[in-house]
Amino acid sequence: MNFLSWLFYRYRKIKKSILIFLMLAGPGIIVMVADNDAGGITTYAATGSKYGYGLIWFLVLLGPIAYFVQEMTVRLGAVTKRGHAEAIFDAFGPFWGWFSLLDLTVVNWLTLITEFIGMTAAMAIFGIPPLLTIIAVSLLMIFMVAQGRYWTWEKIVLLFCLLNLIYIPAAVLVSPKISNILGGLVPGFPGGFTPDLFFFLMANVGTTIAPWMVFFQQSSVVDKGMKEKDIPWGRADTLLGSAFTVMVAVCVLIVTGTVLYGIDIESAAQASQALMSMNPYVGVFLAIGLFNAGLLGAICISLASSWAFGEVFGWAHSLNDKVREAPWFYAFYIFTLATAGLVVLLPGAPLVLITLFVQVIAVTLLPAALVFLILLLNNEEIMGKYKNTLFQNIVSCLTVAGLIALSTLYALSVLFPGFFR
Amino acid sequence: MADILQEALEKVREINKKYEKPKIHTSKGVKFALLMLRLYLIFLVCVLAYKFFTLVVGGA
Repeated sequence: MNFLSWLFYRYRKIKKSILIFLMLAGPGIIVMVADNDAGGITTYAATGSKYGYGLIWFLVLLGPIAYFVQEMTVRLGAVTKRGHAEAIFDAFGPFWGWFSLLDLTVVNWLTLITEFIGMTAAMAIFGIPPLLTIIAVSLLMIFMVAQGRYWTWEKIVLLFCLLNLIYIPAAVLVSPKISNILGGLVPGFPGGFTPDLFFFLMANVGTTIAPWMVFFQQSSVVDKGMKEKDIPWGRADTLLGSAFTVMVAVCVLIVTGTVLYGIDIESAAQASQALMSMNPYVGVFLAIGLFNAGLLGAICISLASSWAFGEVFGWAHSLNDKVREAPWFYAFYIFTLATAGLVVLLPGAPLVLITLFVQVIAVTLLPAALVFLILLLNNEEIMGKYKNTLFQNIVSCLTVAGLIALSTLYALSVLFPGFFR
Repeated sequence: MADILQEALEKVREINKKYEKPKIHTSKGVKFALLMLRLYLIFLVCVLAYKFFTLVVGGA
């Protein structure tokens, strides 16, 4: 009898925990899955086609790195109830505040253009013209935010996150050898540590943490209304998200590493087209996944900018606000969407240059955003008992130093292609 | 148009005033981190300027 009551108690407790998690999960999963945006999928596809399964171990390593950085935004958002842009203004003054806000706006706008490029390229495979894709996507994104409830917006985005898992059946369909995949988990440098390999490692690191992720998750935690007591749930949410992001990245790598190994791939859309002739289902899955990745990236990036501007300018900036209650917030959101979409449609627009340039500009903001994050997390006045522990500081400082060094080298190699090769 | 610009400038001034004094305690560690960030940004600006210069010279 005692055992039965204990069992029932455990069942009730687990059920309650799952329900609380489902209620509080969102920002972490969304930001991590959206991290695999159109640019990310392209990088993984190119890595797989170049090195096969040889760099799976490296992608797995990037999961904890993303987790450690994003976990700090959960704590900062839940404790301060402020977004990252406002926190920087408040703690470091107008110079660093304006620098971060304006740089974020430019980087996000350029990244938004690359997401639109990814989405239009994916839909072009199905014969859908870019104009139609951009109009449909923009209307969908406007509808999602304008319905006036954060909860509804979050659940719709989580559905898109589920669609991101389409890469799992794609990886199964190419029938990879399990022993080869397990072999890819063993650290090693296929073909030796060449400049080319170093470039690919840097590119993969560059896609792991983007400046918008820090701003987005912190603002999202605030808009969701998470409190200090919810931090453990926020951590679990972020951990699950980082597991998802690694799984998706590894699956893309498995697909191209199995079917397109040895073929030079420059974009995920090109990989999809190449796959269409070999395995149409996988090609279609990859194209749908690329579109979805671009959409998720666009959703998060455009919101990150609008939230940041709303915080600093004092506009009403919650997704729980109706359009008439937060007109500037929604106007800014629509303006960024419309202008980014327009650039993609402009004949002769320097889209390749923008794709390269965005990686360089992002590097001007990433170190500042990450350093401010660590400084804020070490401030006892702001964080109280939630400030970084010694262990968290060692891990986060090493992570941030590594990210800054590698992303800077990546930006340099984009600017000067012969730098490492 | 001039009114909108004037209003925007006014808002920027208001924000600058509101956040005039950084609230974080400027310990040696914070000062060092901010100095490093400034140097890093100056380095990046120099690299970008160099790239721009080589592009212009190469293009000409």
